[in-house]
Amino acid sequence: MARVAPYLRIAALALLLAFLLQPQRFAPLFAPLTQYGAPAIYDQGNLLELTLAHLGTVLLAAAASTIVAVALGIGVTRQSGAEFLPLSRTLVNVGQTFPPVAVLALAVPLVGFGEKPTLIALFAYGLLPIFENTIVGLKSCPSALLEAASGMGLSNWQRLRSVELPLAMPMILEGVRLSLVINVGTATIGSTVAAKGLGEVIIAGLLSNNTAFILQGGLVTGLMAILLYDAMAVLERRHFGALRVD
Amino acid sequence: MISIENLSKQYGTARVVDDVSMTIDPHTITVIVGTSGSGKSTLLRMINRLVEPTSGRVLIDGADTAGEPAHLLRRRIGYAIQSHGLFPHRTVAENIATVPELLRWERARIRGRVEELLTVFQLDPATYADKFPHQLSGGQQQRVGVARALAAEPNVLLMDEPFGALDPIIRGKAQEDLLDIHRRYGTTVILVTHDMDEAFRLGDRIAVMSAGKVLQYDRPAVLLTQPADPFVARMTGSADRALKLLSLTNVSEAAKPGTAPGPPIPESASLRDALSELMWRGTESAGIIDASGQPAGCVTIEAILAHGRAH
Repeated sequence: MARVAPYLRIAALALLLAFLLQPQRFAPLFAPLTQYGAPAIYDQGNLLELTLAHLGTVLLAAAASTIVAVALGIGVTRQSGAEFLPLSRTLVNVGQTFPPVAVLALAVPLVGFGEKPTLIALFAYGLLPIFENTIVGLKSCPSALLEAASGMGLSNWQRLRSVELPLAMPMILEGVRLSLVINVGTATIGSTVAAKGLGEVIIAGLLSNNTAFILQGGLVTGLMAILLYDAMAVLERRHFGALRVD
Repeated sequence: MISIENLSKQYGTARVVDDVSMTIDPHTITVIVGTSGSGKSTLLRMINRLVEPTSGRVLIDGADTAGEPAHLLRRRIGYAIQSHGLFPHRTVAENIATVPELLRWERARIRGRVEELLTVFQLDPATYADKFPHQLSGGQQQRVGVARALAAEPNVLLMDEPFGALDPIIRGKAQEDLLDIHRRYGTTVILVTHDMDEAFRLGDRIAVMSAGKVLQYDRPAVLLTQPADPFVARMTGSADRALKLLSLTNVSEAAKPGTAPGPPIPESASLRDALSELMWRGTESAGIIDASGQPAGCVTIEAILAHGRAH
């Protein structure tokens, strides 16, 4: 099984790239899903450009979530910041439970249509997994290790940088991975407020009753999520495969 | 020299360490022994300020340890703990290099020091330098932990139950290694343990702690022959105290001029070992040889027994 996985991954990537670069070649596959001679392949924009814009929005939002959630996670695991843990946790949870569509609705009057409200919604939605995993990762550092580090003369900052964060990194990356994958899917709603992305394809399909469009938007989004998830997993294993905490 | 002056630590209403004063001579091994909760670890940690004292002070070579930032103080003091605390994401060499790196030693000097220490601790640098801690046995991890504590050539080494997690055979070996290291580098060692046998084996001086107070702080033989407190007598164990006393004394102390038949005993052997040897052979006396193999008198069972009597 383990030997098949890399080939599947490469095949999925090849399929995605082939479809994005030469979508018309796949027209016969999608044609049966259309009615009254509607186009089989999305024709109101370049699929590759939409995919890249979609990915860009997700990555930008994830970067912002990561910076804020990790900083917050570090803060509330320090002795001086411990009392802010319940408050931070509440805020981050609100970000997750508040529906992204509602965030969009609230954000549009403030920042206007386009990419900005989508970024805000994705940012808020992606905080929770990263924040919680950062806390778990940092709190699971064995106390003997922390004592040894301090006992040898590492300052608090040095201890955080060279012991706690490296040991928490697999957990933090796990959170980032989760957040990324959730947001690849969630980002499709951005198209309701005129952000460029794959949601455009799905909405166009819904409006014109064109199942082929809906399927295309959905498949590209899904493949992207799976590939991102895999890529992060490979990255984690490469860097932290040898890591053991005992 | 380390002077501990009226040191106390209070948590809420509990006085964990209560007005402790003691002086620790340089190049000696001092063992702080006590039951769990006696405050011995807290006392040790106040020396490198992992715990800040409530009152009192610690002077190292006359300088108050409160006079510099705690993390800088700790870089000058070796610190080894029971579960060794090795960084799992760093190799053995990187672990040992931790403090020298903090002190910004030159690369070549760090590499040389790491190799020297690995060799001293009988870990072949070529084999072990690039291994990760989880690839080592418990005894090896413990040795790397002590090597790391000694890396920056500290004058003082603090050890908190360093051998507590080792099985008896490896523990015995680790204790021997520590005595070797101490002879080699002359480091002042302060070691905390709950094991009185370990204290007698390693300590030049032993401090017995109970309920935050040091009940007695003296040479091992004095603890045995003149316990200051019933608790000290209980800790040192009254059943085999004569044998403990014999194990603290070298054969050379009981030597008389003359010769005796049979294989000679080295003068560095303890009287306890000599007694055992004579009982085994069924003889009354044996010859003694010094480190160079020259005859150095003889020892008799009678002389040994005299050393085991309460004075």
